Amino acid sequence: MRKPRIAPSAVVWLLIGGVYFMLPLLATFLFSIKDAQTGKCCSLSAYSFILHDPHFWKTIKLSFRLSLETIVVGLLLFVPTLYWVHLKLPRLRPVIGFLALVPFVVPPIILVVGLLQFFKHDVHAPFWFLGKPDFFLVGAYVILAFPYIYFSLDAGFRSIDVHTLTEASQSLGAGWPTTLGRVILPNIRVAALAGAFLTLAIVMGEFTIASLSAFDTFPTYIQYINETQAYPAAAVTLMSFGITWAAMLSLLLIGRRGGQRTVRVGIGR
Amino acid sequence: MASLELQGLYRAFGPVVALAGIDLSLESGEFVSLLGPSGCGKTTALRLVAGFDRPDAGRIVVEGKDITNVSPSKRDMGMVFQAYSLFPNMTAEQNVEYGLKIRKQPKAERRKRVSELLELVGLSDAGKRYAHQLSGGMQQPVALARALAIEPRVLLLDEPLSALDAKVRVQLREEIRRIQLELGITTLYVTHDQEEALSISDRVAVLHDGRIDQIGTPPEMYGNPATPFVAEFIGTMNRLVSKVASDGVVDYEGRLLRVDAARGLPIGERVLLLVRPETVTIAPVGDGPASEGAFVAEVVSHIFLGSVTRVRVEAPDGGHGLTGDVPPAQAKSLAIGSRVTASFPPESARLLSLAEQPEPAAGDPDDH
Repeated sequence: MRKPRIAPSAVVWLLIGGVYFMLPLLATFLFSIKDAQTGKCCSLSAYSFILHDPHFWKTIKLSFRLSLETIVVGLLLFVPTLYWVHLKLPRLRPVIGFLALVPFVVPPIILVVGLLQFFKHDVHAPFWFLGKPDFFLVGAYVILAFPYIYFSLDAGFRSIDVHTLTEASQSLGAGWPTTLGRVILPNIRVAALAGAFLTLAIVMGEFTIASLSAFDTFPTYIQYINETQAYPAAAVTLMSFGITWAAMLSLLLIGRRGGQRTVRVGIGR
Repeated sequence: MASLELQGLYRAFGPVVALAGIDLSLESGEFVSLLGPSGCGKTTALRLVAGFDRPDAGRIVVEGKDITNVSPSKRDMGMVFQAYSLFPNMTAEQNVEYGLKIRKQPKAERRKRVSELLELVGLSDAGKRYAHQLSGGMQQPVALARALAIEPRVLLLDEPLSALDAKVRVQLREEIRRIQLELGITTLYVTHDQEEALSISDRVAVLHDGRIDQIGTPPEMYGNPATPFVAEFIGTMNRLVSKVASDGVVDYEGRLLRVDAARGLPIGERVLLLVRPETVTIAPVGDGPASEGAFVAEVVSHIFLGSVTRVRVEAPDGGHGLTGDVPPAQAKSLAIGSRVTASFPPESARLLSLAEQPEPAAGDPDDH
């Protein structure tokens, strides 16, 4: 069999794209390995500084925890909702699709100002809600993650015949929770994971809401380092980038493994 | 006691009446097919029985117990769907085992039952395969095994073969019937394919506009259709709108035809004369004297159907016509354009009164 030939123009564009993508990373990396005292190559002191900074570990742990909480709340909220919409209220799909676009349209700065105004001044929310990131921030992050979770899950639900699978499961004696847990969820697993990892990436990098509501998360730590330490700032930026890419890579690997078993079911109705 | 009874089932979707109050009773171990064209209400009826939808009026009774308002998961009804419905995240074995797990049966019993059922449907070797590794012709038997695993009180099949190619469809329908007879399970089968319904059912119910037009055994339905719709829907039929001319004679467009079924009917009554193509005799003009009431016509078309050739003959003036099935060898002597005589035995034709019916389109047979 003949090998597919790659057009020279495609190679040129790939090279341009690669340079555009890699050059800033390379520059940041080269900057990050300069010695803090002499400003010359090569030293890992910036990385050592970050890894030995307890604040780094504290904020990254907090951001991870918030990511996981956002993912759990988001999936608990949206999986049953979308399942029900696909099964019983398909006419609501465009409405929810439109609502899912709102967080794209409304900038986070507007969102956080509105949320703070509402909870602090209008309803006088208690401290346990406003003062703890696990409540206020997770609430805001679920809104931010809504489009990512929604569009991932929607694609997942559209790839299976929700009606037939549900009815088949019910006719065999399963109730709603069993059907959702044993039949529907495993078949939208890849879509749910896609939504989860996108949420992880968003929360790990979200600065505006955390900063304006005075929480100390990983992105605010990056900003702090950026203002005070030049070389560690470059190091922490690359580390943040690495974390996001590791999350995306896991998504790709899990998606590939799951994709081998994912098939379109039924012939529609 | 009937195994399954549908009593006055009525279901409307907005202004559209899907089921206009149907009554149907299935004896234990009986195989009944609901047959009808798209939109006649047959799938609605099956979904009501399965519990996926609720009737606006009427009752569903299983073994004497009203289950109209029982949820589908508690009805103990096995269902095979038109769409491929195997759970994609499970192997064939796990699919069959699913209902047993829900019922919390011990693992050893489950495994034994799964292996018995996969053997029953002839797929013992496919147990470890996922749905996407099975062809459509293998997925549906696995779905049948899965439905049978829970030992349902009634087996419901919603056009399970419609997505398969013709050869596999014939094989599988015979398999379904063999398994149904072996297990003696009461079965309600929905199809739009009259050949399928006639070949495997104990009784067939023809649905038309949400009503059951006729229920009967396959030979009754084929040989003695009760309404013009049933006559039109089941098999191929010559339909000739006629009038009773005298005792045992009808007038079809000025031609007097002897029909035994017309005996004792009031003279002048409008009737629909039904003649099956296989009862029609077509012979070249001059092959002996033409029988009484024989049409003299021209051959206008041949359709080769394998075991027979379907020959259409029409009067030269474009008036009346008949379709007959003749052996392919004989069809060679009936060249298109040649003059022939066409006739049918007086005892073979059926008559339906059109006294209270709108005038149907007559002449061309309906091929189904």
